[in-house]
Amino acid sequence: MKDRKPLDNEEKPGSMDTPPVIRRGKGQAGLTRDIQAKIGQQLRAYYDGLLEPTPDRFSELLRELDKSGGRETSE
Amino acid sequence: MKLDPTIRDQILAAVPSLRAFAISLCGNVDRADDLVQETLLRALANISSFQPGTNLPAWLFTILRNLFRSEYRKRRREVEDADGSYAETLKAQPSQTSHVEFQEFREALSKVPPDQREALILVGASGFSYEEAAEICGCAVGTIKSRVNRARTRLAQLLNIENPNDFGPDRATRAVLTGDDVA
Repeated sequence: MKDRKPLDNEEKPGSMDTPPVIRRGKGQAGLTRDIQAKIGQQLRAYYDGLLEPTPDRFSELLRELDKSGGRETSE
Repeated sequence: MKLDPTIRDQILAAVPSLRAFAISLCGNVDRADDLVQETLLRALANISSFQPGTNLPAWLFTILRNLFRSEYRKRRREVEDADGSYAETLKAQPSQTSHVEFQEFREALSKVPPDQREALILVGASGFSYEEAAEICGCAVGTIKSRVNRARTRLAQLLNIENPNDFGPDRATRAVLTGDDVA
């Protein structure tokens, strides 16, 4: 996984994917960089708040599966 | 088949983000953990189809996302009142901060359509490129871009984030401060 980039900076200049309407400044779809940055910041804060160290159940699960040589199917 | 320890470590390293993605998708920690568990089982069962050296996190996210979508279809009726129930379950998660702004953000995010929400999270929080997000979601890069844009626009509306420099002199002032071109 790559390092995340700032949300307000991911649209490449000159990108042809968005129509050249309602562009204001360098924002897109009418959102300024300030707004995009604010949303990006809140989104990352929200997501980071959900990040916890890998719960034991998952490391144990992988260890068990590894020991048993993996399961054929999980259904 | 013995699991390559390097791959096992990479899988484990991806779990926290995978889990955060799952919680953002379904809004419920218990369901998210079940999703992650099912994802790991699938991944292990199909590990031979993973090509070492390619993007393992993206592969895992793809599995999880597909599992969620098939479950979502099954539970559609249940999930459709998402405005209320999703927001409610989010309140129940083990929350680090109960900051008002966070609460507002969660509720706003829960009102963004799922397609747009997942695109925004993958690109804006999980750290994937547009191209990777497109692969994970099985759609075109342009589709991801437009979903991300719509998600942001919707969030800006829901969060009442004002556009301080739509028109007028503020924009020029800001351009000076940030070094942006005004044009």
